[in-house]
Amino acid sequence: MVIGLSTRFEPKIVGFLCRWCAYTGADLAGTSRIKYPPNVTPIRVNCSGRVDPTFVLKALASGADGVLIAGCHPGDCHYTSGNVKTIRRFKLLQRMLNQFGVEKERVRLEWVSASEGERYARIVESMTKEIRSLGPLEWKTKVEA
Amino acid sequence: MVEKIGVYICHCGTNIARTVDCKAVAGYALGLPNVVVARDYLYTCSDPGQEMIKNDIRESGLTRVVVASCSPLMHETTFRRAVADAGLNPFLFQMANIREQCSWISENRELATTRAKAIVGAAVMRVEFNEPLEVQKVPMNPNVLIVGGGIAGIEAALQIADSGKRVYLVEKEPTIGGYMARFDKTFPTLDCAACILTPKMVSVGQHPNIELLSYSDVTDFSGYVGNFTARIRRRPRYVDEEKCTGCGQCEQKCPLSVLSEFDCGLGKRKAIYRPFPQAVPSTPVIDREHCLFFTKGVCRVCEKFCPRGAINFEQKERFIDVQVGSAIIATGFDLFDASRVKEYGYGKFPNVITSLEFERLTHASGPTVGKIVLKNGRTPESVAVVHCVGSRDNNYNEYCSRVCCMYSLKIAHLVREKTDAKVYEFYIDMRAAGKGYEEFYKRLLREDVTFSRGRVAEITDVAQNSSENGKLIVVAEDTLLSIVKRIPVDMVILSVGLEARRDALQVAHIFRISRSKDGFFLEKHPKLAPVSTAGDGIFIAGSCQGPKDIPDSVAQGAAAAANVLSLIDRKEVELEPTIALIDEDSCSGCKICIGLCPYNAISFDEPSGHAVITGALCKGCGVCVAACPSGAIEQQNFTNRQLTAEVEAICA
Repeated sequence: MVIGLSTRFEPKIVGFLCRWCAYTGADLAGTSRIKYPPNVTPIRVNCSGRVDPTFVLKALASGADGVLIAGCHPGDCHYTSGNVKTIRRFKLLQRMLNQFGVEKERVRLEWVSASEGERYARIVESMTKEIRSLGPLEWKTKVEA
Repeated sequence: MVEKIGVYICHCGTNIARTVDCKAVAGYALGLPNVVVARDYLYTCSDPGQEMIKNDIRESGLTRVVVASCSPLMHETTFRRAVADAGLNPFLFQMANIREQCSWISENRELATTRAKAIVGAAVMRVEFNEPLEVQKVPMNPNVLIVGGGIAGIEAALQIADSGKRVYLVEKEPTIGGYMARFDKTFPTLDCAACILTPKMVSVGQHPNIELLSYSDVTDFSGYVGNFTARIRRRPRYVDEEKCTGCGQCEQKCPLSVLSEFDCGLGKRKAIYRPFPQAVPSTPVIDREHCLFFTKGVCRVCEKFCPRGAINFEQKERFIDVQVGSAIIATGFDLFDASRVKEYGYGKFPNVITSLEFERLTHASGPTVGKIVLKNGRTPESVAVVHCVGSRDNNYNEYCSRVCCMYSLKIAHLVREKTDAKVYEFYIDMRAAGKGYEEFYKRLLREDVTFSRGRVAEITDVAQNSSENGKLIVVAEDTLLSIVKRIPVDMVILSVGLEARRDALQVAHIFRISRSKDGFFLEKHPKLAPVSTAGDGIFIAGSCQGPKDIPDSVAQGAAAAANVLSLIDRKEVELEPTIALIDEDSCSGCKICIGLCPYNAISFDEPSGHAVITGALCKGCGVCVAACPSGAIEQQNFTNRQLTAEVEAICA
């Protein structure tokens, strides 16, 4: 996809943000007027533990070039330990994606507290940059084929 | 039935419209499936903005509403209420955040507009699958937990207790009073701190609605707004609070003296002690580390002399659980450790002291009975006050500690009042914002104090000439004169800054509070919700949120109390109905969900062979939903269909 004036590849990234930490942190980035690339479109969930790995596969299969899952730092989970379950699930998901030939940079699990607006912006920035250099995922031709 | 969706794109004045082409986004929305109305509006949250939505619901028969404006944290409740007013279930409303997470993060109008379209598109596709839900209402427990018995916690406790509600005030030290109890005078009025504080402390101790749990801390805090359980550890005092009358016999007879923490080690206390005579509660504690009975198995003198038989060496640590509906965290601050600034020689030169040590020196009931003296007992002939120690310094803390300029002026005043010493103030900028503060600064300018603008580079005892012999030499650039000064003095007082408590991280974990970059607790909104936190029913007050002086801490204590009382008076709290539900027909009975639930809300029904969720215990994290291999669990308002619709819309 091409956005803006440049013709460089602009990756499409789906972001699952937990409402307590990551989403609030992303809000703070905006409130602080920190500028970052517009490539990650947020979806608000209560907890990163709500993110069914199927959603990630669904996103990649539907045309996303990457997926970001962001939750509270381990130990800070609003639901005590939801993010710990996400860690376990994420490990398994990574192995599966690896077998599919999806580069590990495309799907990231990150911790962003409600006060880390700057951190959220930098994560989005680095992820966008990394996936941009990887190029489009092209699930249909690369993975399904 | 085909849904009729209304979409409203807010300009938020120019906050959104400056970078997002709102008209274009509205036009895009109108082309999305089932959208029958799409408008852009200057301030959608305003009365006419809300009226517009309500009219469209009534006149065009909208069945779903999307508002694209600020963060849902800001106005989700506003718009849910508006659609409910017009007769639509509030959960058939969806908010799209195109301000905090769109217009404010970009300077590029084209990119921001494209992003806004993606965000609005996702909300429109999702709202199609929103379902009408009822909010859960649970009773509000009127009891309140307050953690920290400094001036902020004391103020909050008294306000709440006076209204007839029960307060559990937990203080980790043997007495309440916090830092204020250790100060001599308060700026700028020079009120005696004890005279204004101790009556409040006594009120707390005697209040029928306050249960004071001193020498205690909270080890666990669970539940949700309206229904929290706090586990409190009560450390053993080895003195029975019920029996003790606070007569002080034990302290007088105790043969062992050790350095007093309350006096910053400048004075002594006994092994059985009260930090200071007006301590509340007046019950002493036995310091197990030093007490001769605990260390050597001999003595028991206090036990012999106690007229009430209140000494109990057998006391053990115990835990109690209290039920509360809300909590105020007022755990205060720690002082910056001056020894970290090696070039100031704190710990190396005996007459380099901290501002708190000075407070104890000048305090009428302190170790020197209020005399300002050097370590050798002589009165200083010259004193330097060094501002910003550990503050406004990228090596330590970037922020300004707010109170140091004013208390440094107070120190200068007290030295001038009590001695003939020459006083030098080394400051970077004089920050005297506050009622009567600038006037106090002006007053000090007339009190023959030498002010020198510039950060102190070094404090040394290496003399360069005879006038510096035996003195401490303060080396600092005077930035107004552009010269480097060397000022020989007898005493240096370091105006140390305020820091987050060293255990702030643990406390934050227990109460699930976020912290800002500087380590202090994070408020819900820096302007409009300064004592709220992201957790409903959990409030913060005083310097645990950031450096504050006494008036601001008191104001915050009262503000937190008002927030709590307003919650209690509602009698009920509404909970988001985002709980998980199990479709019994699809459940295979694998029990995977049961072990995952952090709240033990899922149990297994043997006869039917499937899992059952207790709605009242479910907090709506959705962990079980994501884990169910047969897709038998759904989370209300975060169903698989709703979330997949968002994913599909974004990826399309």
